[in-house]
Amino acid sequence: MYPRSFHYHRAGSLKEAVSMLGQLGEGAKFLAGGQSLIPLLKLRFANPEHLVDLNFITGTSFIKEDSGTLHFGAMTRHAEIEHAALAKKIPVLHDCAAGIADVQVRNRGTIGGSLAEADPSGDWANALITLDTMVHCLGPSGARTIQLSDFIKDAYTTALAHDELVTEVEVKIPPPGSGGAYLAFKRTAPVYPSASAAVQLTLAGDVCQDAAIALGCVGLMAIRATEAENALRGKNLNDETIATAAEAARAAADPQTDMRGSAEYKRQLVVALVKRAIQIAARRARGEQVEGAHLYA
Amino acid sequence: MPETATSTIDKIAVNLSINGKPCSRQVEPRMLLVEFLREACDLTGTHVGCDTTYCGACTVLMNGLAVKSCTMFAVQADGSQIITVEGLEKDGKLHPIQKAFGDSYGLQCGYCTPGLMLSTHQLLSENSEPSEKEIRKAIAGNTCRCTGYMNIFKAIKLAGRNIKGA
Repeated sequence: MYPRSFHYHRAGSLKEAVSMLGQLGEGAKFLAGGQSLIPLLKLRFANPEHLVDLNFITGTSFIKEDSGTLHFGAMTRHAEIEHAALAKKIPVLHDCAAGIADVQVRNRGTIGGSLAEADPSGDWANALITLDTMVHCLGPSGARTIQLSDFIKDAYTTALAHDELVTEVEVKIPPPGSGGAYLAFKRTAPVYPSASAAVQLTLAGDVCQDAAIALGCVGLMAIRATEAENALRGKNLNDETIATAAEAARAAADPQTDMRGSAEYKRQLVVALVKRAIQIAARRARGEQVEGAHLYA
Repeated sequence: MPETATSTIDKIAVNLSINGKPCSRQVEPRMLLVEFLREACDLTGTHVGCDTTYCGACTVLMNGLAVKSCTMFAVQADGSQIITVEGLEKDGKLHPIQKAFGDSYGLQCGYCTPGLMLSTHQLLSENSEPSEKEIRKAIAGNTCRCTGYMNIFKAIKLAGRNIKGA
């Protein structure tokens, strides 16, 4: 399948990419890892006249730690995050990166591209929304930094202007006593998950001091299950409070019936994923090394 | 080639290494890497399966990493080193991965095999003794509709042993 013909431009810097897009106008698009955009072009769901390729810009793929914060260059590939020792400081990030699609897609797809696309079934936004995440952007009038919850506006819609791009993703390392987990259920590796759950808990003994719970693929964007968080915050973490939180997450989910399952099935999945993610997050908060990952046959 | 209006689109120069040999071509930007390999370079061992980033039949190595060549434009491979299934054999001798797939009956129709062998190549270059779990994860992006995968797992384990022993 061939996409519709387009003009190809290779940016030498992020600044140049922004000015190229401004000059080329509304018919131009940025090309990051391309693992979502290229399939869309081939199906001719997107038909840009111009593509500005970001893949040849140096210095946009990095993972750095700086005073309690991890910084990810926008073009950092999922596989680079999966294998980076530094990213394991926030286990949710490793869970997320290591399970996105398959090896081949993780070798190409980027964290910045994923956030900028804002696919409701994408993994990154749901995992990152449970953390203190800032998105650094660059546009014609300069740089700005947007809190992730303000960055994603709707399905496939972000705060980015047409000629603005993501340059860096900044994630605060949670305090000691905090643990997180990201679980997604998908039918096979290369497909989008049917549902996903991200949990970040801060514990003092068995008491949950703080909780962030987000649900993916079951709404137009990642849903913060605030009632589920309230069911845990200030409470003892036990089977009963975990079950209450999971039921509150079921109520917060707003899934649609599609080829990945019925709405009812997805709500049931949410309950199971939230329960498991809470259990893994709690064990990690206590300092245990526990594996958490995407689940598929 | 489908579609009209291609005459107004500038072709772009691509210079890359394919299976260790330099290659230079002028390509339309929309030409996918898999079509470039098959049609411009006559390397038809890389297959088009689903053409939707699912099946992995088009997997090649770009700078040592497995990528789906149906989900990249040829222009994006500029300056890179590409290895296709044709590049595995050396001096008329099968690569240990190719030999292991044959010896373990790790294929039936063979359509998915080139892609599977290149995913295996990335796995074994990082870890010559993968566990079954690691093998499953490494080839999760490659669909086989014939074998049921059991002999593929055996082939990958055997290939790892052959590479380590070599």
